[in-house]
Formats: sequence, structure tokens, C-alpha cells
Amino acid sequence: MKALKKVYFYLVLLFLYAPILTLVVFSFNDAKSRGRWGGFSLRWYQELFRSSDTMDALLTTVLVALCAAVISTILGTISALALHKSGTFFRKSMLNLTYLPMMNSDIVTGVSLMLLFTFMHLELGFLTLLLSHITFCIPYVILAVMPKLYGINQNVYEAALDLGATQMEAYRKIILPDILPGIISGFLISVTLSIDDFVISFFNTGNGIKNISILVYSSKTGVKPENYALSAIMFGAVLVLLLIINLKEKKKVIEESGK
Amino acid sequence: MKKTALVMALILCLGMFAGCSAKNEKKVLRVYNWGEFIDESVLADFEKQYPEYRVQYEVYTDNEIMYTKIKNSTTNYDVLFPSDYMIQRMIQEDMLAPLNFDNIPNYSKIGDSFKNMDFDPENKYSVPYMWGVLGILYDTTKVQEEHFTWNTMFDSKYKDSILMKKDMRDALGVSLKSLGYSLNSTDEAELSAAKDKLVAQMPNVLGYTNDEAMDKMIAGEAPMALQYAGDAFYCMSENEDLAFAVPEDGTNLFFDSMVIPKNSKNKEMAEKFINFMCEKEIAKRNAEEIGYFTPITEVMDALDEETRAFYPKQEILDKAEVYKYLGEEVTGKYEKIWSEFQASL
Amino acid sequence: MKKTLHYIALIPFLIWMILLIIVPLFLVAYYGFTEDGNFSLTHFQQFFRPDYLKVLWRSLYLALVSTVVCLFIGYPVSMILSGKTFRKKTLLVVLLIAPMWMNFLLRTYAWLTLLEGNGIINALLQVIGLPKQIFLGKAGTVVFGMVYNFLPYMIFPIYTSISKIPRNLIEAAHDLGGNGVTCFFRIILPLSVPGILSGVTMVFVPGVTTFVISQYLGSGKITLIGDIIEQQFLHAGNWGFGAAISIIVMLVVVLCMWIVNRFSDDPGVMMP
Repeated sequence: MKALKKVYFYLVLLFLYAPILTLVVFSFNDAKSRGRWGGFSLRWYQELFRSSDTMDALLTTVLVALCAAVISTILGTISALALHKSGTFFRKSMLNLTYLPMMNSDIVTGVSLMLLFTFMHLELGFLTLLLSHITFCIPYVILAVMPKLYGINQNVYEAALDLGATQMEAYRKIILPDILPGIISGFLISVTLSIDDFVISFFNTGNGIKNISILVYSSKTGVKPENYALSAIMFGAVLVLLLIINLKEKKKVIEESGK
Repeated sequence: MKKTALVMALILCLGMFAGCSAKNEKKVLRVYNWGEFIDESVLADFEKQYPEYRVQYEVYTDNEIMYTKIKNSTTNYDVLFPSDYMIQRMIQEDMLAPLNFDNIPNYSKIGDSFKNMDFDPENKYSVPYMWGVLGILYDTTKVQEEHFTWNTMFDSKYKDSILMKKDMRDALGVSLKSLGYSLNSTDEAELSAAKDKLVAQMPNVLGYTNDEAMDKMIAGEAPMALQYAGDAFYCMSENEDLAFAVPEDGTNLFFDSMVIPKNSKNKEMAEKFINFMCEKEIAKRNAEEIGYFTPITEVMDALDEETRAFYPKQEILDKAEVYKYLGEEVTGKYEKIWSEFQASL
Repeated sequence: MKKTLHYIALIPFLIWMILLIIVPLFLVAYYGFTEDGNFSLTHFQQFFRPDYLKVLWRSLYLALVSTVVCLFIGYPVSMILSGKTFRKKTLLVVLLIAPMWMNFLLRTYAWLTLLEGNGIINALLQVIGLPKQIFLGKAGTVVFGMVYNFLPYMIFPIYTSISKIPRNLIEAAHDLGGNGVTCFFRIILPLSVPGILSGVTMVFVPGVTTFVISQYLGSGKITLIGDIIEQQFLHAGNWGFGAAISIIVMLVVVLCMWIVNRFSDDPGVMMP
């Protein structure tokens, strides 16, 4: 039974990784067309590092993901704290509004923001891209932090206040550590969603600001081989991350069995 | 711990912002072109010649996307490459800036037959960049035809065989032409017959694609594709089984020209860019890279025999039609029919 | 005094909410309900034709099919992940998220390479003696692409809600003589409903409106409602019609989700 479970799990993993592995293999293909195998070569890696377009797009993607995640985590956490303290009716109706962008499809959110930016005569570019990403990330942060707030022991917080802590101190020392896991997962969700997003970026960027999604979409002969190389490198980075986690877990497992 | 991480992330963000703005100190020339329509190394040469500028190069897949973006958005581009009918439309809607030909001395190199064309009769707004015809790119190992007409693409023996263009004017144009109507038909009954014929063609169609058709044809994925001459020649150079035919019942002849939109902020530099693109060496490199036909006489003369053999013969040109801008109302009709057609897929 | 801090904290939230959620939606409504500045329902009338309704129906149907497939593939994964089969759970969770850090378009594009006429899968088919298949341009392939892209969104909420079930509850059920099947249907399944609902939302909603997957894997032959919206905004420049379709899609999706979420009053388990 256990073996069966493992096989099933690995099959699902294979399904998820099959296309990625294909990309990695084809990144070493000498031929320009993906249809033929022209022998092993590293030329697309050279082209990748020479292509300022791709490097710019990579930078934009990382920059937008980090900025959007940081800002939406801060805003989202503050909002969650404030909402948590508000009256039930207000909180519920506000939360429902917050979830709108999630219920709403990407395309409606993307289009509506584009209309807003055009209406405000904001030139589409980095700022609008960032704003749109913050907008779709915040609900997920609130959603990740909210449940942790419900779990907090209100008495400890009250006690801290009684013992002379200021409100700020009580927040920082009592509440923050409790909700930290929620904040971190909110941050990680934001980064993931921002990197993975295409639709909202598609409607809200312009003036040559491209993230990887837009770059891939606009190179219309399909994907240029240097983008295969790019994904292979990204995959490499993910692998390194996995290795680190693996080592940490090993340590944890050893420590636990030591106890 | 968390604080440090936060502070570091913020510093990182700020640092990257600073990095971006430092790069922006160069002035930017925004060029918006068709995909796969230039030898991109040319842009680097331009930057070398005018070091105070950086070319920001973006691409589109059809005229309508470009038009909509210019019309509605707050993006400012400096040089565009629309086709004939779109130039006519943009002139009518006062979206283009008249060119100062003092900055474009190379304009004299353009062949006379490419001047004062119908879409820009006084030649105030546009400088021809490339021209070409629409035709059928096919795989000789899978398609044996003596004569190609547009109806070949609708022949039921080619089930699951054809890559059509996801371009309103081209797809409807082919259908209109195969019915014996004009590419510039404004008649509602003719248009709806063309739409019905496209719907009926569905079993033959492998996909509605744009530039990605090139990759598929090179890889031998499809027997036949509706293709522009230049793209077709590029594919033929990559896969020798491919051949290009211009249907005998007459085709579309197109001219893609360089224009400057009215809201350009670097008009003079844009004119210099246009001039640069007409330099003999540069134009030759572009023509050789993308396979389209050059309107510059001395460049055409400098091409090798093999490339020149691709240039269409007079009898093809005699039967060809250029797209015209059909006015707001008819264009609206086209858009409506096109989106209804897509919905019926 | 105590209250002031949280009132101040509410200000950025409200500004963000009004400016970036509510105002944009009003703008969509404005474009959808006006023509040349006057109130008009033309854009909505334009939509109610058999061909557009068919596209809407097709989008809902394909999204529904992929949601169901995701649920059936994803639920066992979540169970296995929260069970005792594996020790290194964090690693596995990251393994499942990692594909999302590669780009969505690149991943979808990679499937093209695998699925096309002379692609790897057809090569494998021929090796085992089966005829070549045309995969691209079929509705099934579009569903396949959706399942591939959205599967992690189904796995994680369910995993979270199953992990929250106290171990001793399940053990108690076993002690009281319940076998694996009863235990699953009486305890695990009911308690994971909030996770299922979040998962369904997170797969169904993007599924209804995707336009990349249909363009790439459908070869432009399977038109979905997202394609039509994109077409109106970027190609036809008919923002009014595009906005009207957006409003219709929004209402339909919210309605679907409202029906689904009536089964639960706790929306709080979207993600780990």
C-alpha cells in the first residue's frame, strides 16, 4: 500500500516535471527549431547572457516579485490586524470585498486595473505592473494572517497592556511572534503568484517593461531557445533550494530520532 | 531576524530602483515593429552610431493590435511599421506626424514605384521598409499540386493540414478571394459568405496561428500554411522540403512602411532612425535576414541571384490587390464578423 | 486611546481597497454600460447571440471538467502528503510548488514540444506501435493544460485542511472499529470540505478565463471567453464590449462560487 502511494505520488511529480525536463534538455540543443535535435551545445546559454532583453526581463520579474511581496505583506498584515479588531459586520463585509479579486478572474482584475491606470493617465510600465501585483497579492496575505489572529490568546495581550506595555510593544512582542508563520506564508504565496502571473501583467505593463511572462508571450515564433536556457537556470536554482531544504530536514529527522 | 530580512529586502528594492533609473539616463527611442521583421543586430549598430540613445524594441503580431495600443494607451512610441491600409487609417484619424524629409536623405534611394502610393498619396507620412505578397507555404513531401488557387486550402482532401493566419484581414481576405470577391469587399452578404466558408474550412485547419507557424512548418508539423512571402523564404532556408506558391487567382500585395506617431517625443531622432534603416548595408542585412522584399533599388541589385529569384514576377503583381482602409463603419463590420467567427470555432 | 491605532491602521487598507478594487470595477461597469458617453445596453445585447453564449458555456464546461479532474488527482496527493508515507514533508511541498516558480507560459509551451505531431509523445507512441495522434487543437488538450497548470492550487488547500484534522480523532475512529473506508467518509472527507472548496475556487476561476492555454495548446482553434475578452480589448479596441463580457463573466463566476461556498462558511483555508 505504501509503495503504491509512493508510486502514485512520483507519477504526479513526473507529470508536473515532464515539460520542465523537456525545456532543460532542449536548452542544450544546437538547432534553432525545437523540432530537431542538432547536437549538444551551450550556445543558447551564451546568447542568454548576451541578450539584454532576457536579463532585463529576469530582473524585472524578480524585482516586481520581491517589491510586491514585501509591500503586500506589510499592507496585508496591517489590514488583517486592523480588521481583526473591527466590529463583526464591518469585518465580514470588508473581507468579502477583499476576496473579490480572488473570486474575480485574473482577466477582469487585469482589465479593470488597466482601465484605472489609463483613466488616471498613468503611463503603463514598472509602477503600474508593481501596483497591479500588489493588488492581487494582498488578499492572499490577509487570508494567510487572519486565521492565525483568531488563534491568539487575547488574555496575554491584555496582560501585557496591564503590565504597562504600550500598544505598539504589545503588538510587537505578543501578537507578531504568534502570527509570524502566517506572515511568512503570505510572503511566499505573494512571491510565487507574482512570478507565475501572466494575465494581469499582460494588461498592465507597457513601455518596454517586460517580465518573463510578457517576454515569452511577445516572442511569437514561439519561444526562443535562449528562454529554454533561462528556464534551465531557474530550474537549477530551484534544485539548489531543494537540496538545502533536504539537508535541513535530514538534520531535523536526525535530531528528532536522537531525542 | 525577520526585521533584518525585511530591511534587506527593502534595501535590495531601493538599490534595484536606483539601478534602473541609472540606466534610464540614456534617452530612449521606442521602436514598435512586427515580430521577426528585422535583423536585431542592426539596433546595436544604431546605438553605436548614436551613443546617447538606447533603442527600446517591442514587437506586435498584427496591425490591429498595434493600432489599438497606439489609439488607446498612454504608451508613446517613436517609430512604427504599419501596413498600407493601416497607414491610410492612421493618416485619416490624424495619428501620424508628417515627416521632415531633410532628416531622411536616404529616401531618394527608394524605388520610384514605391513612392506616392494610394495609402499615402502625397508621401508625407511614410517611408517604405519592406513589401511582399501573401501565398501558400507547403511541404513538397506532402502536397503535390500542379496549380495552387485559394480553393486549394479549402479542398476537403487536406483534412487537418492547414495553418491559417490569425489575422482578420488575411483570413477573411483569403476566403473572399477564393469566392471570387475583392479583398476589399464591403458587401455584407459577401463578408458573411466568407465567414461561413472559413467556418466550413475548420476540419482542414490544424491551427490558427501567427508567427509560430514558421517554427511548425520548419519542423514539418503541417503540410500547408498561409504565409507572407518573406517568412516563407526564411522557412525554406531552414527546411529544404518547403516551397512557396502564390495562388493563381490573385493575391494580396502589401507594403510595410515606417511612420512616426503624432505623440512621439523624439521625432527628429525617429527620422534619423528611419534614415538609418534605409542605409544600403543596413537594409541589405535586414532583407537577407527576414526574407522580405526591399523597396530600395540599390539593395535589390546587390542581392545574390538566388534571393532575387524569389521576387514576384510582374504577372503576379498585376493580379494582386492591396488592402484598403474601408472606413470606420466597414472596419467595425469586419471586427464584428471576425470575432463572431472566432466565437464559432 | 486603545482604538486609535487600529483606526489609523485601517486607513491604508481602505485607500487601497477603494482605489484599486472598487474604482476599477466601477470603471469596467462604466465602459460596459455606456456607448459614446450615454447609458446603453448595446454591448450586452451584442453578447447574447448563440455563438458567444456557446463560447461562455464551453469555457464553463472545460473549467468544470478540469476542476473535477484536478480534484480526483489532487485529493489522493494531499492525503499521501499529510499521511505517514513520507518523512521529508517540507521537501515534498516545495517540490510541488517549485514548478510554479518556472514560468507559466514556458511550462505550457513545453507541452507543445511534447504533444505536437512530431513531438516526443508521438515518438513514444510509434515506438510501441501505435499510430500518430493529433493532440493540439483539441478541447481535451486544453483541459489537460489547465489540469497541469492548476493542480498545485488544488493540492495545497486540501493538504492544509487534512493536516489540521487531529490525529487522535482518526485513531479514535479506528479504535472504535471503523475501517479505513468509513474513517475516510465519516471523518477525513467531511473535515476537508473547506479545503476542497478553496481548491475548487482556485482551479475553476482561472480555468474559466484562461486565454493562453487555449491559444497555445488549442492552436487557436478552441476559443474560450478569455480569448474573446482579450480580443476586444487588444485587437478590436472595443472596450465597451470587452467590459460587458467581463461583467457577465464576473457575475457568472461569482454566482458559481457563491453556490459552491454555501456548503461552507469558512473561507480561511486557501493556502498552507
